[in-house]
Amino acid sequence: MTATGIGAPVRRKEDQRFITGKGRYTDDLVRPGQAHAYFLRSPHAHAEIVRIDPAAALAMPGVLAVLTGDDLAADGVGGLICGWMIHSKDGSPMKAGPHPALAQGKVRYVGDHVAVVIAETLAQARDAAEKVAVEYRELPAVVDTGSARKSATAVHDVAPDNTVFEWHLGDKAATDAAFAKAKHVTRLDITNNRLVPNAIETRAAIGEFDESADSYTLYTTSQNPHVARLVLSAFIGIAPENKLRVIAPDVGGGFGSKIFIYAEETVCVWASKKVGRPVKWNSDRTEAFLSDAHGRDHVTHAELALDENARILGLRVKTTANLGAYLSTFSSSVPTYLYAPLLSGQYDIPAIYAEVDGVYTNTTPVDAYRGAGRPEATFVVERLVEVAAREIGMDPANFRRKNYIKRFPHQTPVIMAYDVGDYAASLDKALEIADYKGFSKRKRESAKKGKLRGIGFSSYIEACGIAPSQAVGSLGAGVGLWESAEVRVNPTGSVEVLTGSHSHGQGHETTFAQLVCDRLGVGIDQVNIVHGDTDKVQFGMGTYGSRSGAVGMSAITKAIDKVIEKGKKVAAYAMEASDKDIEFKDGRFSVAGTDKSMAFGEVALQAYVAHKFSGQDLEPGLKEGAFYDPTNFTFPAGVHICEVEIDPDTGVTKIERFTAVDDFGVVINPMIVEGQVHGGIAQGVGQALLENAVYDESGQLVTASYMDYTMPRAGDLPSFSVGMTTTPCPSNPLGIKGCGEAGAIAAPPAVINAITDAIGHEGIAMPATPQAVWRAIHRTRPAMAAE
Amino acid sequence: MASVTMTVNGKSVSADVDPRTLLVQFLREHLRLTGTHVGCDTSQCGACVVHVDGKAVKACTTLAVQAEGCDILTIEGLANGSELHPMQAAFREHHGLQCGYCTPGMIMTAVDMVNRLGHDIDEATIRHELEGNICRCTGYHNIVLAVEAGAKAMGGAGMREAAE
Repeated sequence: MTATGIGAPVRRKEDQRFITGKGRYTDDLVRPGQAHAYFLRSPHAHAEIVRIDPAAALAMPGVLAVLTGDDLAADGVGGLICGWMIHSKDGSPMKAGPHPALAQGKVRYVGDHVAVVIAETLAQARDAAEKVAVEYRELPAVVDTGSARKSATAVHDVAPDNTVFEWHLGDKAATDAAFAKAKHVTRLDITNNRLVPNAIETRAAIGEFDESADSYTLYTTSQNPHVARLVLSAFIGIAPENKLRVIAPDVGGGFGSKIFIYAEETVCVWASKKVGRPVKWNSDRTEAFLSDAHGRDHVTHAELALDENARILGLRVKTTANLGAYLSTFSSSVPTYLYAPLLSGQYDIPAIYAEVDGVYTNTTPVDAYRGAGRPEATFVVERLVEVAAREIGMDPANFRRKNYIKRFPHQTPVIMAYDVGDYAASLDKALEIADYKGFSKRKRESAKKGKLRGIGFSSYIEACGIAPSQAVGSLGAGVGLWESAEVRVNPTGSVEVLTGSHSHGQGHETTFAQLVCDRLGVGIDQVNIVHGDTDKVQFGMGTYGSRSGAVGMSAITKAIDKVIEKGKKVAAYAMEASDKDIEFKDGRFSVAGTDKSMAFGEVALQAYVAHKFSGQDLEPGLKEGAFYDPTNFTFPAGVHICEVEIDPDTGVTKIERFTAVDDFGVVINPMIVEGQVHGGIAQGVGQALLENAVYDESGQLVTASYMDYTMPRAGDLPSFSVGMTTTPCPSNPLGIKGCGEAGAIAAPPAVINAITDAIGHEGIAMPATPQAVWRAIHRTRPAMAAE
Repeated sequence: MASVTMTVNGKSVSADVDPRTLLVQFLREHLRLTGTHVGCDTSQCGACVVHVDGKAVKACTTLAVQAEGCDILTIEGLANGSELHPMQAAFREHHGLQCGYCTPGMIMTAVDMVNRLGHDIDEATIRHELEGNICRCTGYHNIVLAVEAGAKAMGGAGMREAAE
């Protein structure tokens, strides 16, 4: 390992601009002549729009335009799309209702887009929006996930019972047979609470029309600018793909919420031509709560069947997934193919059957949020396993160990073929770091102080690097999920890497450069990473699903390999040798068995001056591209252990220890990987203890600011103990599995298992707020509750 | 319109602004100092923290006219030329940032914390003091390490200055 190569904790190249206030986020950009957009949003969860009168607003100072859904329709602008087709059990396609960027006839959630006001300043646009007269005819709202299918009100005409799909996976007969012969069955009702992603940079967009080139540019907060361009072109029909440039500059966190193609950026691009000015929109926080796609929101009944030897025989799951008022870009895939295929967890389960009903409600659309389906699956499996162990009186660590998959490759009954892993190794290491042996002593000490101490486990698995394209295509994906890269070597030997991955906090400018250093032997300051601009990078699928390392860097590796091969040919001419005799090592091309060698930079120069070879024999230049499509998903896995101490008088849960041992395969930069684990755990702990998107009966989101929605703060969290084990991924050239979502997937069941261990029963749901914990404790101690 | 005059990062600035202009808008839009960010509009997240007359203030809930005559320090004014402030260097060294959006506010809060509480601040104190700054990326683990190290480094710098 070199100081800057693979495996080194290199300090981040991108940090200089961020710590000095020189980052360039979308809202930092000012385009010449830009006007400002403000979206008038529905105050009702469900209503018919009787009339919109913009006259008074148009008369306000600075107002350039007030545009509505009628204007969109008149211009033939298409609706927003959902890019993953799900078929129901009966073979029928999912029921996708219309999703116009500005409402046409009806509004379906609080925050739905009614009109856009464009003015010289944002303040003028806001002022004018108050003057837009909208007459609504209110309709009853469908809000609750569990009862949406029974509601007399339909969110969309196309789905009278509010059912988007009735999907299933697995072998029902085999699973029923497993339960029929079970010695013990563990049953749980589980609610996976609705979350709001809450990247600290809110979404923003600037649409700009260049009349001379007849083309548009969109500056936006996107995790995948090429996908945004594709959808805006091919489906929404704003402009042909070659007439639309999408730029995602520095992006302040995404966590999934910036994957999707939303109404606001669509409208900004479209409106920029209508008003003849760049149109800028920047979300405020409450708009973000109302209009960024939410995450999770499942109601599940799950059952686990065991034999007399504590071996798992089968798993049966019935889930209702709330998809909100419209199908967001990838929403349909999240509670289906990103959920049920993970229900085998780390366990050898012979039979699994899962049914998922997707439902519409008059709430904000729900889509992928860090982990996307996998946290929901892991919560089901890890709660069931923990409770099953308790019910049969077995140590939960031993119960897990007994049921772990031990031989690889392993085909689960739910699609996935796990390639490699060593789950017991992660468990052993986690038990040691967490000092599991010392837990009972610590519990006694807590009891002496009148406190309740509990410990909880989570043995999670995830499927990352989302791909292969052929596989996801067969499951309904509308796109391929490969990645592209181009490696451009300059005549002086410096290197530019153009990647379809997008960094919004992951540190690609550093880790991708480390790969180049490692393979080409150039200095890290000699490497630039270019991403986030469709005019620079030809195409790419973007960053989500922990795929930038496993897929994005694999594409770069392929391109680097091609550069080395070309370099060998150039070096062969330059050193008058056969290219078969050229070796490349540590940044030098050398002729085998001789002392002749050339540095990488010298060969780059020779490639461009082209003095040593004829253009007929070899093309000048040193630039190679590659597309990489994986052969399998990757399967990061690990064990997280949470230890809590609860004050029974206040219900306050304090996390005393949080241990995470993860197997991410080969790690490029352990500092960055640990940071990803920390951040994921914080979001997972947030889900377990603090965060909850709450709607009232009328469909008002009552947690629509940081005054109401409890974001994890520094004082809510402990320092984390992070360890790693390594089984390199066999399916990609670097052995990477991916690390971005692990913490958010693993942490919630670990926390809840710890709390239920402490309070001695399973009767608590997420978020386990002090009030909820206090109530749960005092339910078991009625004498105290009566005091 | 209202006239405001203040000193920002050592330079005197004057402008006529809409009276409802927030200090953060004045910094970002009038002075184009875009390192100070807005993350929540409700004084919760702290992405907008700047120093006003040496005290940490949330610029998203301060009117520009309230800063009349004040001395403002933003993230852009913290480094000494090309030499990073010790707290900036500590955030990089300890990987106390990911997406970078909350970072300017975090650093300005951390410097204020050290100014008030000294150079030897423990983890519990740092976590408590960061109550007004939200980060969604890091889980705070490395931010806490960075603030602890930055505080010590600021002490070192102070001692050097005193010795000179």
